[in-house]
Amino acid sequence: MSKPEFVYITYIETTPEKLWEALTSSEFSRRYWFNTDVKSDWKVGSPFALVMNGTTTDVGEILEADPPRRLSYTFQHVTNEEARKQPPSKVVFTIEPHGKLVKLTLTHEGFAEGNKHLDGISKGWPAILSSLKSLLESGTALAIPPSALGIEGFE
Amino acid sequence: MNIDHFKPAIVYTIYIASTPEKVWTALTSAEFSRKYFSGLAVEAELKVGGAFIVRTPDGSVHIAGEVIECDRPRKLTITWNVNWPGLVEMLGPTLVTYEIEQAGEAAKLTLIQAHDRPISDDILSGGRAGWPAILSSLKSVLETGSPLVIKMEPPRRMLAALKQMGIATP
Repeated sequence: MSKPEFVYITYIETTPEKLWEALTSSEFSRRYWFNTDVKSDWKVGSPFALVMNGTTTDVGEILEADPPRRLSYTFQHVTNEEARKQPPSKVVFTIEPHGKLVKLTLTHEGFAEGNKHLDGISKGWPAILSSLKSLLESGTALAIPPSALGIEGFE
Repeated sequence: MNIDHFKPAIVYTIYIASTPEKVWTALTSAEFSRKYFSGLAVEAELKVGGAFIVRTPDGSVHIAGEVIECDRPRKLTITWNVNWPGLVEMLGPTLVTYEIEQAGEAAKLTLIQAHDRPISDDILSGGRAGWPAILSSLKSVLETGSPLVIKMEPPRRMLAALKQMGIATP
C-alpha cells in the first residue's frame, strides 16, 4: 500500500539561495503561485499562511527552516468547513545542489485516510513548481489558467 | 496489444511554455532527445505498430518498444523495454504514455508509466528518479534553448533488486 502523500522532484538552473528566496518571498510567489502571497517570518514555531487574491486559503506553522536547504510547515486548507475539520498535513521542501543545478524535492504528506484535499494538492503542485522553474530560469513565470489544473472549485 | 490490464505506477506532470506540437516533437525526435536525455537518441515510427527505439551514443539499442497509441500531438503510448537481458521476462513490458494538453499559453505534459503486474518500490525508484530529470531538462530546452546537465546514475537499490531477480545490468 502506498502512503497517502505527494512527491514532486524538479531540477532548476539556479542557486539554492535564489530558490529559497522564491519559496519564501511573496514578491516571487505572487508571480508563479496563482497570485498567492506566502506569509511567515520563517522561524520555527511561527505561523504560516497562503493568501490568494486577498483570501487566506491555507494556514500552518513552521516546523523546520534551515536556509537554503530545508523548509517545512504544517498545512491546513481553510476555505471550507469540511477542510477545516481535517488534521493538518505537512509540506517539506528539500533543496540540494546537483552539479551546477539545484534539485528541489517537495513532499506533501501526513494526509488522513480519505482526505479529499490530496487530489487537488497533486494537481496543484506540478503547476506551481513548473512555473517557479520557468521564473528562475527564464525570468518569466507560466500563464496557466486555473481551470487547466482540473481541480474542482479552482477556476 | 491489449493494454487494459496495465495500471499506472508513476505519474509526473510538468507545464512548459511551449505548444503541444513542439512538446510532441521534442519527445519523439533524436535531435531533441540527445540534448535533454543523457545523449540518448529517440527513434519513433509514429504510427500504431511502429517501432520505438532509444539508442545510446554508440548506436546500440538501450530501449526497444512499439507504438501502441498515436494521436499527434495529444497522446502517445509506447512500450518501453530496457534492453537488459531477462528484464522483460521478469517484469513484463513497461508501458509509457505521454498526454499533452494546451493549458492557456502553456502545454501540460503528463507522463504515465504503467505495468501489467505489481512492481516493487526498489524497481520503480529508477523511473521515479529518472523521469523528473529527463522532463525537467526537456522543459528547459524548450523554454530557454539550453538543456540541463543532470548527472544521473541508476539508483543502487534498483540495480540491487534487478540483480537479485537475475536481470543483467551494465
